[in-house]
Amino acid sequence: MNDRAQSTLKRVINESGLEVQPLYTAADVAASGGDAMIGQPGEYPFTRGIHREMYRKQPWTMRQYAGFGNPQDTNQRFKYLIANGQTGLNVAFDLPTQIGLDSDDPQAEGEIGRVGMSVDTLRDFEIAFDGIDLDKITVSMTINGAAAIAIAMYLAMAEKRGYDVKQLRGTAQNDILKEFIGRGTWIFPVAPSIKLVGDTIEYCAQHAPKYSPVSVCGYHIRESGATPAEEMAYAFCIARAYADEVIARGLHVDEFAGRLSYNFNIFGNLFEQVCKFRAGRSLWAKIMKEEYKAEKPGSMWLRMIAAGGGGGLTFEQPELNIVRGAYYALISALSGTQTMALCSYDEAYTIPTEYSARISLRTMQILIAEMGLTETVDPLGGSYYVETMTNQMRDKMEQIIADTDAQGGIVKLVSEGAIQAKVSAQAYKMQRDIESGQFPKVGVNCYRNDQEDEHPVEFHPYNEDDARVQIESLNRVRAERDSERVARALAGVGEAARAGANVMPAIVEAVKAYASVGEITKELVNVYGRYQEPIRF
Amino acid sequence: MNDTAPQRRIRVLLAKPGLDGHDQGAKVVARAMMDAGFEVIYTGLRQTPEQVSRIALDEDVDVIALSSMAGSHLPFCRKLKPLLEANGLDDKLWMIGGNLPAQDHDALRSLGFRGIFPTGSKLDAIAAYIRENVA
Repeated sequence: MNDRAQSTLKRVINESGLEVQPLYTAADVAASGGDAMIGQPGEYPFTRGIHREMYRKQPWTMRQYAGFGNPQDTNQRFKYLIANGQTGLNVAFDLPTQIGLDSDDPQAEGEIGRVGMSVDTLRDFEIAFDGIDLDKITVSMTINGAAAIAIAMYLAMAEKRGYDVKQLRGTAQNDILKEFIGRGTWIFPVAPSIKLVGDTIEYCAQHAPKYSPVSVCGYHIRESGATPAEEMAYAFCIARAYADEVIARGLHVDEFAGRLSYNFNIFGNLFEQVCKFRAGRSLWAKIMKEEYKAEKPGSMWLRMIAAGGGGGLTFEQPELNIVRGAYYALISALSGTQTMALCSYDEAYTIPTEYSARISLRTMQILIAEMGLTETVDPLGGSYYVETMTNQMRDKMEQIIADTDAQGGIVKLVSEGAIQAKVSAQAYKMQRDIESGQFPKVGVNCYRNDQEDEHPVEFHPYNEDDARVQIESLNRVRAERDSERVARALAGVGEAARAGANVMPAIVEAVKAYASVGEITKELVNVYGRYQEPIRF
Repeated sequence: MNDTAPQRRIRVLLAKPGLDGHDQGAKVVARAMMDAGFEVIYTGLRQTPEQVSRIALDEDVDVIALSSMAGSHLPFCRKLKPLLEANGLDDKLWMIGGNLPAQDHDALRSLGFRGIFPTGSKLDAIAAYIRENVA
């Protein structure tokens, strides 16, 4: 300690606000709380991993985010990725689908199939997953505002293909509170939005108990400007809000908590991120056990996808993003994640081409095949630095959660726009620090090329014809379906919403009748209204 | 404001066009423009061309700026241009920033968007451009 005080070295503070020392010893571990929260992999508090053998038994699932154009295009990309060794799917939907608009809605014009695949009815799900074995390949869906409809479509599609829904695995993102903070695909006001998430959790607990209806996302909160510690702390606050909603309906925590999952970001300082994950795993276990009185170990598991890294990638010298992606994948592997996905190097420009998506996949495969990342569980465990920083990150997260609660809780702060204003101010400071060179970024504020070359990025083509094809397909479904059954089912959705009942059974019936995303959303908007964004700086 | 201030502050409309929900960049730019001394009217998400044109007129802005990250900038700007013109706003400074491939810049310019600030642009450069180009 004395040596440090006298040192002339520049102080280093990580993004989460913790000071980083030039050397750590056993004394630092002891001073930070010791080894009380380390434990063994597969045992409470799961700092070292939720499973005993981790990747030695089974490597992480590789689940690149993919989807564009109409369902036929997306089905082909899925098959391409699976043929190249991908072990899970992560479906990107276009913006009209994500916010509950049909392809023929005037507001959808120019946006159909642009950033994900276009979905109007169950028919589109049937096409998108045609020929894909849903027992072997688990499907994750990145959809939030319209998640209840997408979950209903997925379950209905699987059932129609003969799968036992009780055994069906898969994940929906369905984390609406973070959409109000960042990403922005909300539809309904805050209260009915949380109620809808509760409906999906309750419905899945009863009808599809192996399906994960929610993946709580620190990811986008981080992208919006949160620090790594805030990313995880806010995600836990949000998960508690959903848990409270379901518990208030009379469910026991062990009936649903085992199917909650998480989505976290992987860019930034390697050690800070790895410690974030180790700390978060034990903190979530502690919250579930001590605060929620969970008894099943599965209810305490922080099951997660550690992914992306988009906020760390640069527009400048995009090929350097391949290198960054490899380090981010390393972070993800060292973190003990269940699932991994990487942003592709061209994502500052365009949605990934087959070529760039394959490079991301191969990056993860290199870690497994060549680098020994699957051989030993929690290989950084026991490092003085990593254990000290893990303890400190856990304390930091607990403090952020306590502060959030003291200010009235995450739901209130999000409703008022307070969290949005806070992280946006931090994003602004970071941008200023990057532009001034205070926060080093290779290719951006240091090590720039003398002459910036034409950026070697190939653009994923947008097919203007996709919109016409999709609208024609929607019109065909509308002409062929039993319109009386559709009208009855849609009326049922509205009735359930007005009655304050769980709307999922009615939505499932509506999607089976081939009611569209837009039609079902309209029924819900009639009852719930639409979200009004608080603008606050 | 106009009565007391010797010179009117530059008024900037910053809009999020279309369905794109990526507003981190827009909010960062909004803060930078406020720090540069401009009045900023930030619309929030999901603005239609009609809404952008209406707000620009109602708020009597000098600058109409869009932030687009999800690729629908050309169809949106094609719809916005005649609406701005119909409202007599063709003498204002039209700008756009975000994820804008170089191959689209000429098309944006021909639609009247003179200030084009793709990802990687510097905040101070955006403010300087506004100062130089607002009459």
